[in-house]
Amino acid sequence: MANFLYVFRGGGMGLQKLSPQEMQQQMQKWVGWVNDLRNKGHLKAGDPLEASGKTVRGRKKAITDGPYAEAKDLVGGYLLIEAKDIEEAVKLSLDCPGLDVEGTVEVRPIAKM
Amino acid sequence: MSAPNLDFRRESARMTAALTRVLGFGNLALAEDVVQDVLVRALEAWAISGPPRDASAWLIAAARNRAIDLIRRERTRLRFAPDPAGEGESTITAAFTESEIADELLRMMFSVCSPVLPEPAQLALVLKLLCGFGTREIAAALLSSEAAVEKLLNRGKEALARSGTLFEVAGREQLRKRLGAVEHALYLLFSEGYHGSGEPVQEELCAEAMRLCGLLAQHPACATPRTLALLAMMCFHAARLPARRAPDGALLLLEQQDRSRWDRALIARGFALLDRSAEGDELSEYHLEAAIASVHCAADSVAGTDWARIVDLYDLLYGLRPSPVVALNRAIAIGEARGAEAGLAALGPLADEAKLSVSPFLAGALGRFQQQAGRTAEAERAFGEAAGKARNPAEAKLFRELQSQSRKK
Repeated sequence: MANFLYVFRGGGMGLQKLSPQEMQQQMQKWVGWVNDLRNKGHLKAGDPLEASGKTVRGRKKAITDGPYAEAKDLVGGYLLIEAKDIEEAVKLSLDCPGLDVEGTVEVRPIAKM
Repeated sequence: MSAPNLDFRRESARMTAALTRVLGFGNLALAEDVVQDVLVRALEAWAISGPPRDASAWLIAAARNRAIDLIRRERTRLRFAPDPAGEGESTITAAFTESEIADELLRMMFSVCSPVLPEPAQLALVLKLLCGFGTREIAAALLSSEAAVEKLLNRGKEALARSGTLFEVAGREQLRKRLGAVEHALYLLFSEGYHGSGEPVQEELCAEAMRLCGLLAQHPACATPRTLALLAMMCFHAARLPARRAPDGALLLLEQQDRSRWDRALIARGFALLDRSAEGDELSEYHLEAAIASVHCAADSVAGTDWARIVDLYDLLYGLRPSPVVALNRAIAIGEARGAEAGLAALGPLADEAKLSVSPFLAGALGRFQQQAGRTAEAERAFGEAAGKARNPAEAKLFRELQSQSRKK
C-alpha cells in the first residue's frame, strides 16, 4: 500500500453557473464520493481550503495577500488516500464530482523516504 | 455530520431577502451575486467534510458578514437604500435574525407582485427570488424557454430596481391593497403546477405556492379570510395529487382514482382553514373554489359526491368570475347532478368559446355525456377531438383510450 494526495483545482468556476438545487446535488455527490472512499478504507485525511490566505516569497520574505492563482488553478482542497498503486489511486479519482464542473484532480504519490 | 433539512433553494431565498433588505432593492443583482458566492463557498467547504449541523445558520452568518464588508467597502461607490451608513452593524445584523427574515420574505413577495409587472414576470420572479429556482428550472416548470425566462427576469428586475425600495408591509392599509395581487400570483403558481403536465418539476410549484401562502397565513395582517380560503383550496387539491396518476404515469379519471391515496392530514388541514376562513362576511372566489374542492374531498366516490351543492357553488363562482373555464366546470357538475342530457344542454352554449375550443376538456366532457346518453358515434368523435387537442402525451393517451372504449360499447 502507498499514500497519495488528491489535489482539487478549479472546481469553483463551474459551480458559479449552477442553480441552488444543482449546487446542493453537487454537494451530495461529493459527500457520497468521500464517504465511499472512507467506507472502503482508502481515506486517511482531507480538508477543504479557504480561497483566501497569504503567500510568502523569497529571501526578502515578501508577504502578499491571496488569491495567488487564477480560478482554474486555485486549490480548493485535498484528500490523503491509501491505494495499492498509482493506477488504483487514479481509478478511485475518476468518480470525483468536481470533474463534472470543470475541475481537475491531481494525483500525487507521497514520496517514500 | 449531516444537515437533514438543509435546502439550498430555501436558504438562497432567505439570504436574498435579507441581503436585499440591507443593500436596497436597487442592488438586487449584487445581493444575488453574494448569495451565489456564499453557496459556492459553502459547497467547496462542505464537499469534503460534509455540511455541519447548523448549516443554515452558517449560510446566514456568511451572507451577513459579506453584507457588512460590502457596505463598509462600497459605501462611497454604491448607493444603498435605505442608507445603512447611519444605522450601523447592529441594524444589519438584525436583518439576518429568524423573525426578520420571515418579514423580509413577505416584503420581497409583496414587492415582486407589483402592478408594474405582467403576471408571467411576477411568477418567474417569485420562483427565482422566493423559491431559489434557477433559470433552467423556471423554464421547465412554466413550460417556457430559458431565453424567454431570462428576458422576463431581467426586465422584471430592472423595473423593480427602478422602484428602489422594497414594499413595506408595515402599513396595513397599503398592505391590504397589494395582498390581492400576491394571493393571485400564488393562485396562478399553484394552478400552473396543478393543471400542468404532471412532471415532478411542475408539481413542485404546488408545494412552493403552498409554502409561500403559509407564510402569508402566519402573518397577522395577511392572514385574512381570503388568504386562509386560498390555502385551504391548495390543501384540498394537493391532497389529491398523489392519486391522479396510475403507477405507470397514466392519468386517471376521478372515478378511477384510489381515494385511499388522498392525503387525509392535508384534507383535515384544509377543513380547519376553511372553518377559519368563514370568519367575517366576505365570500371570495377562493372561498368558493375551496368549498368545491372540499365537497370532493368529503365524498367517498364520484356517485356519492354532493353534485347539487357543487352546482350551487359554481353558480356563485360564475357570478364572481364569469369565465369560460368556470362555465365548463359548472356544466360538467350539472351533468353529474342532473344527468347526461342536462349536462349536454349546459355545454351547448360553450361551443363558441375560443378559450375552450383550444383545450381538450370541452370535447372530453361532451364525449362523456354523449356516451352516458348512449350516442356512441358522437362520443367517439368527441373523444377523438379531445385527443387531438391534448396538451401532453398523458392527456392524449387518456382520451384515445376513452375513444376506443366508446367504440366497443
